[in-house]
Amino acid sequence: MTTPGVTATGLVKAFGDLRAVDGIDLEVRQGEIFGVLGPNGAGKTTMLRMLATLLPIDAGKAFVFGVDVAREPHRIRQLVGVTGQYASVDEDLTATENLWLFGRLQGLRSADARATAADLLTQFGLEEAANKPIAQFSGGMRRRLDLAASLITRPPLIFLDEPTTGLDPRTRGQMWDTIRGLVAAGCTIMLTTQYLDEADQLADRIAVIDHGRKVAEGTADELKTSVGNSTLQLQLADGADADLARQVVWRVTGREPVLTPESARLNVPLDTADAAADVLIALRQASLAIASVNVSKPTLDEVFLALTGHDAGDEDQSDLSSTDEQYVEAR
Amino acid sequence: MSAVIVTETPADIRASMPAVDPATAVARARPRTSIAETISQTISMAWRALKKMRRNPEQFFDVTLQPLLFTAMFAYIFGGAISGNVKAYLPLLIPGIVAQTVLTTCMSTGVQLREDMEKGVFDRFKSLPIARIAPLAGPMVADLVRYLIAAGLTFVMGVIIGYRPGGGVLGVLGAIALAIFTGWALAWIFTFIGTIARNARSVQGISMLILFPLTFLSNAFVPIKTLPAALADFVRVNPVSHLVSASRDLANLGVISGEVGWTLLAGLTVIAIFAPLSVYSYKRHL
Repeated sequence: MTTPGVTATGLVKAFGDLRAVDGIDLEVRQGEIFGVLGPNGAGKTTMLRMLATLLPIDAGKAFVFGVDVAREPHRIRQLVGVTGQYASVDEDLTATENLWLFGRLQGLRSADARATAADLLTQFGLEEAANKPIAQFSGGMRRRLDLAASLITRPPLIFLDEPTTGLDPRTRGQMWDTIRGLVAAGCTIMLTTQYLDEADQLADRIAVIDHGRKVAEGTADELKTSVGNSTLQLQLADGADADLARQVVWRVTGREPVLTPESARLNVPLDTADAAADVLIALRQASLAIASVNVSKPTLDEVFLALTGHDAGDEDQSDLSSTDEQYVEAR
Repeated sequence: MSAVIVTETPADIRASMPAVDPATAVARARPRTSIAETISQTISMAWRALKKMRRNPEQFFDVTLQPLLFTAMFAYIFGGAISGNVKAYLPLLIPGIVAQTVLTTCMSTGVQLREDMEKGVFDRFKSLPIARIAPLAGPMVADLVRYLIAAGLTFVMGVIIGYRPGGGVLGVLGAIALAIFTGWALAWIFTFIGTIARNARSVQGISMLILFPLTFLSNAFVPIKTLPAALADFVRVNPVSHLVSASRDLANLGVISGEVGWTLLAGLTVIAIFAPLSVYSYKRHL
């Protein structure tokens, strides 16, 4: 058996009383894209930073291709490329100067560093902007440059921390293609994301993280069967009907809807969007009045509700799910 | 400023990226940086700092304006009171101003490091397999240019208002070299403060507290014999006093006195203490 790309056992990071990462076990196989899914503040970035030697590990063990992260940080840094949530390139330098500097720092000769920089800029469609200061770059261009900077020495493992957060759908699609290309070239990738959709599109396997703990792990299909392929959101005209509506839904779909009694809302997991019609007809036959109806893909919120039995629960979550919905609509 | 628009999609990475082999990469990964690598990385970081200096020329205001202003101001204000006339005060004053401007320049080393560390690019430096001292020492190497400008301009300004250094060109160059070394050594104190302070403004605050006693409680501007006994004792051990005395001996008399030795010793001591402390603190900060 080949050595796993990443092995972590009982990984812990505490900031004061807050256990940001609270005993996570992971195994990332060579050559796969491993997705870490969770809301803001779940501990995704903290975990990644520990694995990339950017934060000390408080407890537990981590290995990258069999090399101990805590004991041999300098070797780990030669095996791992890190692309953060915020572009970590120098704003005062041009794209070429940035890549040249990072190449020189990693021991390339000046001419080789220049050639590598030019190659990477061409690969990432940035050659026209090669001599422009980063301050003039768009968000998508910064992300691409940032990823290019992580690839100078072609590390076998790449950590991507929310690689597409804040990008428009088209740029996001380009980033996805780039990531798939890296895997085809033999890289192993571990990426964090807030978007179920992104994990679904890219990741071979996904770990769901909540409050520093792993709450689920599996393929995208395995995770989605726990929430259905789409979700019917019903707003009842009268909150008093909620219990009756629940029974009707149960009879028609054989699934338990998630109730929000105070707002008279029901979330019904569906295997196919067609089933929404069956539910609506049954509700009409039972004379239950409906204020609004919406069918959408499952959001991270719903995965969470299904997996943990509670809302993702931080204030960021509300705007997180709304951007997620907007994004689904935009596609 | 308008964003640069690039429309074409990235070329297919699969076609252009050479295959990656983890086993080879693991075998090639070395446990630590060598001395030669550390030096080369420090030079690369110095290159970055020099590029930034050239693009932000306002960084040179302190090292150009301060020597010009302070030299003229102090000479005409204190000259008559301390030495009877301006011309007689200059041999005492100029080496003092050199020490003072070089120290102020050191302070901005710490402030700028702190500002720099808050930028995203430092995340990248931390994630690269480079010596931890390189991001700290690189900007300090680039700052040698600033010390040179500060010390050089002070002597030029002095000559303009009537200073005639008795030590000749060699003496003055010696004094400048000594000032640059001392500035570089003392900058480690401020680099250390840069790595522990909360933000750039607090670096400035803490540095001022260190800087003022060091410069003013020295023989930079007044002769020691005019001071009260307790103060005079401090002034005698202050490394800045040694730098000032050594520069006076070099620039005015062309003599390499014992003070040069004390200055070098003080500088090396500061480096020996604060360079490891800074690297340790920078690593912890990650």
